[in-house]
Amino acid sequence: MHDFDWSSIPNALPFLWDGMKISLEITLSAVVFGIVWGTLLALMRLSSVTPLSWFAAGYVNLFRAVPLVMVLLWFFLIVPHLLESIFGFPRGSDMRLSSAIAGFALFEAAYYSEIIRAGIQSVPKGQMAAASALGMTYGQAMRLVVLPQAFRNMVPLLLTQGIILFQDTSLVYVSALADFFGAAYKVGDRDGRLVELLLFAGAVYFVICFTASRIVRYYQNKLKTA
Amino acid sequence: MGYSWNWGIFLQPTATGDGTYLGWMFYGFKVTIALSLSAWFIALVLGAVVGILRTVPNKWLSGFATAYVEVFRNIPLLVQLFLWYFVMPELLPENLGNAFKQSNPIVQQFLSSMVCLALFTSARVAEQVRSGINSLPPGQKNAGLAMGFTLSQTYRYVLLPMAVRLIVPPLTSEFLNIFKNSAVCSTIGLLELAAQGRQLVDYTAQPYESFIAVTLAYLLINVVVMFGMRWVEEHVRVPGYIGGK
Repeated sequence: MHDFDWSSIPNALPFLWDGMKISLEITLSAVVFGIVWGTLLALMRLSSVTPLSWFAAGYVNLFRAVPLVMVLLWFFLIVPHLLESIFGFPRGSDMRLSSAIAGFALFEAAYYSEIIRAGIQSVPKGQMAAASALGMTYGQAMRLVVLPQAFRNMVPLLLTQGIILFQDTSLVYVSALADFFGAAYKVGDRDGRLVELLLFAGAVYFVICFTASRIVRYYQNKLKTA
Repeated sequence: MGYSWNWGIFLQPTATGDGTYLGWMFYGFKVTIALSLSAWFIALVLGAVVGILRTVPNKWLSGFATAYVEVFRNIPLLVQLFLWYFVMPELLPENLGNAFKQSNPIVQQFLSSMVCLALFTSARVAEQVRSGINSLPPGQKNAGLAMGFTLSQTYRYVLLPMAVRLIVPPLTSEFLNIFKNSAVCSTIGLLELAAQGRQLVDYTAQPYESFIAVTLAYLLINVVVMFGMRWVEEHVRVPGYIGGK
């Protein structure tokens, strides 16, 4: 059996917290950008302009068919090169954090757009018809009548997707960016205490995600009874 | 932009002299398929058992199943993989752990990846099985019990035959996910599709070609699985239910 020695964790806490801040930063920015871009994609997909709806369908299907790890590798290995050669960025500038955020946002937008599309479609058709009858344009009806109701129903699903995204941020490990998991791995590797640090990281993720999903469920039940 | 495309790179012999770069890609493709299919099989069996336990009227059994699902759903896949690969051998009894550590590294990587993907996916399969059983009208179970069936007979002859057919569509997306999730296993050095793509970048300095090829290979898997599952869905549809004939 393994002899446990947890003593390297207390000293590493500030470093781990720095990592956690990176994880949270990626999660929050990807959620915000993902929802904005996902909403636009959903509107394009539902629009009557064929090229727009084809573009959105192609985008969503492409990103949902490719593993997140592959998308991240594209964004770490290839996209920086592309930007360097097109815009003449200095070679070897550290774009890992912005690449990670861009990769996650574009990837998650595909998933968000499917949630949002279902949400928009769940609003009764009469709402749109009533808004048009009142003289609103399509844009006004969407913005003032349909989307507010759709988002209210979607909040639990969007939050659940956010929890999944938070778990997925650990995959920035492929770029050696020190997010929470990367930091835990580094400390464990340095001190020869990988077993303890990995168990600690797993426990931390579990507590955060379990608590967050409980809160979402509580909110969901409240929404149902309201 | 000054990049010289060279699709012929795939037919060139590798730097290590074991066939062509296309051969590497194909090897990775086979590992991805073998890993995902074996893990999927285990996940279906385990997921069915855990999902049924979650609906059983016994506090201990359903509590255990709930804990199982929560643990595997709330820890990131990458962390689970590292726990299986780096931590599990240390926690096993000494002779078992040593036997694992002395085995072929490829076997170690494949076994850890398979167990990790299987258990991770089984928790999701269990949720689908549970919601399938719960979506049946409660009268079905009561009628089964009233006919004198035992609880296990009710499950076997009344509830499960219906539930299994209802959960095929949601299982399709889990089946697609397991192929995509298998790409995570490249992080412990398993040479599956994504890892081969990365290795090709290092060896050939033709990043675009190798990444496009790997991405297309994943798209191919996706399309094949989707059509296969659509065929299954059409054959198991329950008439009278949503989506049924």
